[in-house]
Amino acid sequence: MTISFGNPDRPNSYIGKTVPRPNAPRLVQGRGKYVDDIVLPRMAHVVFVRSPYAHARIGAIDTAEAAAVKGVLRIFTGADLAEVCTPWVAVLAHLKGLKSPPQHALAVDRACWVGDPVVAVVATSRAAAEEAAALVEVDYDPLPAVTDMMTALDTDTPVLHPDMGDNLAFRRLHEEGDVEAAFAKAFKVVEARFKTARHTGVTLEPRSILVDWNPAEGQMTAYHATQAPHMIQTVLAKHLDLPEGRVRVICDDVGGSYGIKVHVYPDEVATAAIAKIMARPIKFVADRLESFTTDIHARDHEIGARIAVDADGRILAFDIDDWTAIGAYSVYPRTSAIEGNQVVNLCGGPYDFANYRAQTSVVFQNKTPTCQYRAVGHPIAVAVTEGLVDMAAAELGMDPVEIRRRNMYADDAYPVTSPAKMRFEGLSHHASMDKLLALMDYDALRAEQAELRKKGIHRGIGIASFIELTNPSPFMYGIGGARISAQDGCTVRMDPDGSIVALSGVTEQGQGTEAMLAQIVAEGVGVAPAKVRVITGDTQVTPYGGGTWASRGAGIGGEAALQSALALKASILEVAGSMLQAPVDALDIRDGQVVDSTTGEARMPLEELGRIVYFRGDTLPKGLPRELVQTRHFITSDYPFAFTNGVQASYLEVDTDTGEVKLLKHWCVEDCGRIINPQLVDEQIRGGIVQGLGGALYEEIHYDEDGQLLNGSMADYLVPMAAEMPDMVIGHVETPTMESTLGAKGAGEAGTAGAPAAVMNAINDALRPMGAQVTAMPFTPERVLRAMGKIDD
Amino acid sequence: MTEAFRDKIDIALTVNGEAVEARVPAGRHMIDFLRLDLGLTGAHAGCEHGVCGACTIHVDGQAVRGCLMLAAQADGTEVWTLEGLTETGVIRDLQDAFVARNALQCGYCTPGMLASIKELLDQGGVPDRAAIREHLSGNYCRCTGYEAIIDAVESVAKARAGEAV
Repeated sequence: MTISFGNPDRPNSYIGKTVPRPNAPRLVQGRGKYVDDIVLPRMAHVVFVRSPYAHARIGAIDTAEAAAVKGVLRIFTGADLAEVCTPWVAVLAHLKGLKSPPQHALAVDRACWVGDPVVAVVATSRAAAEEAAALVEVDYDPLPAVTDMMTALDTDTPVLHPDMGDNLAFRRLHEEGDVEAAFAKAFKVVEARFKTARHTGVTLEPRSILVDWNPAEGQMTAYHATQAPHMIQTVLAKHLDLPEGRVRVICDDVGGSYGIKVHVYPDEVATAAIAKIMARPIKFVADRLESFTTDIHARDHEIGARIAVDADGRILAFDIDDWTAIGAYSVYPRTSAIEGNQVVNLCGGPYDFANYRAQTSVVFQNKTPTCQYRAVGHPIAVAVTEGLVDMAAAELGMDPVEIRRRNMYADDAYPVTSPAKMRFEGLSHHASMDKLLALMDYDALRAEQAELRKKGIHRGIGIASFIELTNPSPFMYGIGGARISAQDGCTVRMDPDGSIVALSGVTEQGQGTEAMLAQIVAEGVGVAPAKVRVITGDTQVTPYGGGTWASRGAGIGGEAALQSALALKASILEVAGSMLQAPVDALDIRDGQVVDSTTGEARMPLEELGRIVYFRGDTLPKGLPRELVQTRHFITSDYPFAFTNGVQASYLEVDTDTGEVKLLKHWCVEDCGRIINPQLVDEQIRGGIVQGLGGALYEEIHYDEDGQLLNGSMADYLVPMAAEMPDMVIGHVETPTMESTLGAKGAGEAGTAGAPAAVMNAINDALRPMGAQVTAMPFTPERVLRAMGKIDD
Repeated sequence: MTEAFRDKIDIALTVNGEAVEARVPAGRHMIDFLRLDLGLTGAHAGCEHGVCGACTIHVDGQAVRGCLMLAAQADGTEVWTLEGLTETGVIRDLQDAFVARNALQCGYCTPGMLASIKELLDQGGVPDRAAIREHLSGNYCRCTGYEAIIDAVESVAKARAGEAV
């Protein structure tokens, strides 16, 4: 069955329209249900004693004083939990050479970062558990800490995990063409060193889990703020020695994720282990300091990079040397080699060039582990690529738009395979650039910039083209051996009153998944979206699926929903055809009515069909299929990933006295294929942009040389606030993927992918007449002034 | 034990228009009192050090951080949380505008955000976008990028002032 998406007047045309989110009204009325809102009978609270050292041997643990605190129930050490919970090793077979030591729910002999959980205190209230935790005495013997990325592999640097042999977790070199020859014959070579700071997600809802173990039923139930309920089900079952079918993960409202809540955290597994030991519900909610020391970090990269161009500005080669420090462990089960790997995959992404060399070196450090956070690797690759392209344009005296025009893949070139061996089904770099320039009135903006510069006002315009990896196939994790589903499913059923229930394996983190699914199912079946109730986030109820990550919800979960809805429609029409004595293809369902497909004349409301099927099935022919429920799964198979593309622009002003950067306006044109809900897509892009702007201007986790985290509070780790953020203009080009009927690709990470590069290029555009340039994020006033030579101490 | 070191305090206050009497630990934060003792889970604890604004409530007509106030300090006050503001309908236009403009995503900041916005709108007039942004700079939102929130507030302020939206 096909849908004429090009015809906005088609019946039930909900795909492509802004439809309100069904879950929004309860969230604006204070009726959300986040994990910390859930209270169970006999529930106890766990609080963790965490290592104050970056690296230390754990000696004697004295819990006597803590145990005497009123309300304390039990105290667990690493050795205690190791008896019921097996350790994990976060490697994947397809990331050749990746290594990481076994990690326990609580550190057993050695703590490896500030925040590593060492002791768990369980009490009847969180306050009592916190009071007692402060009284636990751990005899630490500090060990040398590895804290500098670029010297991690030096021979005089201690090896963090002696069993691993050295501090190199993973290295990958990719080479295509003859890079040295290309650089040798280049008209210009530009070289630069880039840094992206250590970030973390700062979800407003801290990580939260409430686990109940009912030994009488042999059933574990985890209420969890997670993006991947089925993955967590698998992990808890495996490491707590439970049958997978006896672990149920329920994910109600989640207060922000951005990748932070798609990983396995030792304290959360410890909470489940303790629930199993104590056979009562145990709740863990991280406090804000714990969020900063134990939520995954990301983006801690240093990159040496160069570009070779000919006299016409054609790109001949990129040469990338990426380094990243992941902390003490690779994070389970997705691993911490993915971000570096993505940098190798994505550099040079928009451009048609022949010679490419990229290497990533991933090293261990005594810091918080890093892992996948919104737009994994993209902001780094885009900043390096687009930074170099702008620098090359400046060397050539060429406009930044013109050099991109000369190098971007032509819009009719697809399918193509990039020098990084990424396969692009269909992108729209030139159409997107056209639209961007029109939206921002590029020429007028350049004229304004020139006029203001005469008055000593230094404004900059920065452009960043990018590609984004979405709709991942098993090539992302499954082929490496991880039980992470790239497939997703949806079950759609019609109840007697004609209402539709859709159960989906993708999850709602606030991005609007449930609205998106409701309108797809509404269109697929032929009812109003308000007639569709969407249920997500319960492993005992929904089809098995991957959840929310790598911008897969709409493209994969949405297609499964569409196919199951179309199948249900066919089932309904088969029953209707029998009841109405009409050929099935002469009937259709529109706005909850079975209608004559040519005239649109109403034949029967769905509630009447429901009444007959469910209560008067005796009146239907024996043997007539009457299942008003259908399930379909979808997996991408033609391409490993559905790449999207886009281009962003930043307009800003640099105060050359204070070094402050004022964002004036931001534009993004993005091609995520078929747009299901324009408003939700735009707001995903805007939210993503602002997360990228945070990385460009404010966000940086600081450690001292001993591995102490220095800014573990919201007052000290700066994230974007309302006053500093610009208004953002969003535009679209639509190149649907042909892999699915729906044609949707992901949109959730594009904003974050391109924004830092656009800002960097805009700042450098403003500073260029002064001979200054910044490449180390975030671009703080101090760094801008240093670049200008105004601070030199 | 002397009066000064007594660790339980008796308080009497009104919460969302209802009289409440309670005996609270001296160290009980207002946000915990509301969430744990009264079951009012609308306001959220985000940072617990007064920065993020997710716990913002109204105490005697002022927007206050629930994590920076002790329950003991609420004795004799009039407290409103999102649940009560919803029931009375005083911010229904703002709530509707939030839904229509998708000015929330995960919704965790939303109760505090609405409480802060109510304070701004109660001042009357139509604040410009910069003033709205400035007023909301004590309320973190990590999802939306703020623009939709600013749009929603601006549209409600204009509508209340009788201006065309």
